Amino acid sequence: MTSTPEAPVAEPQPIHRVPGRAVGGGDAPGGATSPAAVELQGVAHAFGELRVIERLELVVEPGEVLGVVGPSGCGKSTLLELVSGLREPSAGAIAVGESGSSAGRLARCAYMPQRDLLLPWLTAIDNAALAPRNRGASRAEARRTAHPLFERFGLAGFERARPSELSGGMRQRVAFLRTLLAGKPVLLLDEPFASLDALTRAEMQEWLAEALAAESRTTILVTHDVEEALYLSDRVTVLSERPARAVAELRAPSPRALPRLATVTAPSFTSARERALADLTRGRR
Amino acid sequence: MRRWLAPLAIVVALLGAWELAARLDVLANGLHIEPFLVPAPSEIAKSLWSDRTLLADNGWVTLKEVLGGFALSVVAGVTFAVALHLSPTLRRAFYPLLVASQTVPIVVIAPILVVWLGFGIGPKLVIIALICFFPITVNTLDGLGSVDLDLVKMFRTLDASRWQTLRRVEAPTALPYFFSGAKIAVAVAVIGAVFGEWAGSSSGLGHLIQEASAQLETARTFAAVTVLSALAILLFALLSVIERRIAWWGPREPRA
Repeated sequence: MTSTPEAPVAEPQPIHRVPGRAVGGGDAPGGATSPAAVELQGVAHAFGELRVIERLELVVEPGEVLGVVGPSGCGKSTLLELVSGLREPSAGAIAVGESGSSAGRLARCAYMPQRDLLLPWLTAIDNAALAPRNRGASRAEARRTAHPLFERFGLAGFERARPSELSGGMRQRVAFLRTLLAGKPVLLLDEPFASLDALTRAEMQEWLAEALAAESRTTILVTHDVEEALYLSDRVTVLSERPARAVAELRAPSPRALPRLATVTAPSFTSARERALADLTRGRR
Repeated sequence: MRRWLAPLAIVVALLGAWELAARLDVLANGLHIEPFLVPAPSEIAKSLWSDRTLLADNGWVTLKEVLGGFALSVVAGVTFAVALHLSPTLRRAFYPLLVASQTVPIVVIAPILVVWLGFGIGPKLVIIALICFFPITVNTLDGLGSVDLDLVKMFRTLDASRWQTLRRVEAPTALPYFFSGAKIAVAVAVIGAVFGEWAGSSSGLGHLIQEASAQLETARTFAAVTVLSALAILLFALLSVIERRIAWWGPREPRA
């Protein structure tokens, strides 16, 4: 077993750091690198007249956490819906693994929406185990699948709790487990902690850092919080105002290092944050 | 207990006033009718006791009609609501007809149904089902439509089929709405039973009311009406209890 939230490990588990692959660059030599987990080429999307995304190029390597920040309403949620296969882009191509079709993307992406969207009539464990249930597992089997994750992610003892009995942070944890239990290689997180207060949010960022160390997945994390993106991601893409396009890309100074507070107050981190904020402002035009 | 005090006091005060007015012939004199036509609550109570077998036998007949017609409308209403929910085309086609069905005056078609279906339980079931169908269908349909669209989207990413989304998300969301409709339906169902029995029958509380009032047995008429109301209240309460047990989460809160 890795770590428990009560006793955070001092040393962060290095997760599958992949050397960055330049956007539009050729194949990495050596043959050891697998193809990109997620790749967007010239993606544009419009709702009628409203252009939301424009000429967006993104590459996410397997096991990498890509942070995407942008001003509110710049089309970040739309971006995740496009990647997940819930929508088809108006132009351009999106590939997840080997698959470019929306059905193929749906099969490979787990999507965690902004609100926890827990079903009030189900217990925490039944909420977390919805994907196995939908794939045909019996209720008992689905619970057996989910149970170890409750132990592992600080939710032991809350299996039978109703969502209404859980705090905001706990509900987000259950929602994250539900996303993990979808068993997909790619995680798409849409402002996972936007609804939480500052303190719970910092706590949950630390928790997610550990969770991603324990369960390494290719992840796209969308947020309007620069600090959150820089702390949780390996790499951060800054989007412009709508129609969104990438205006800058930053390498995170120390992805998911614990403890969080020391990490986000380190000089290298604060200067990266300043840079990202400057890019964001530039993207506002 | 405290919260029952006020309604109880009102009922007692009203019954007391009625008793007094009837005993002193205030009502009869005011209406220029014979005093025996205005029964006091105590006389109605007496009739409830002395006619208990008559009331129970006829009440049982009416209860069977109400339960049968209500069950029929639940099956038809829920099926119809699900079909209309799943197909926008069906919805557009049938929704106006659904509303139209509610505007048909039951009193007018009850005799026709008796002509078509005979004097048995058949026409009563149809009339009750017709009355109950509308609130059940409309409420269930609203409930199915109130589902959070983000939830439906999320379910697609959790490998859910259309059927699983209906069963695990839309149906539980609609359940409290269904109960709202069912409670309205069961309360008006007894009225449907009375119309049905008036149009042609040889038993039931509606039949008893008709017969007793024709014979100027006003105390018995009121006794039958009392049993009829008690039946409706009981069924309503029963549904409320079931609702609290199986649909305790209530209707979805509106999005912030």
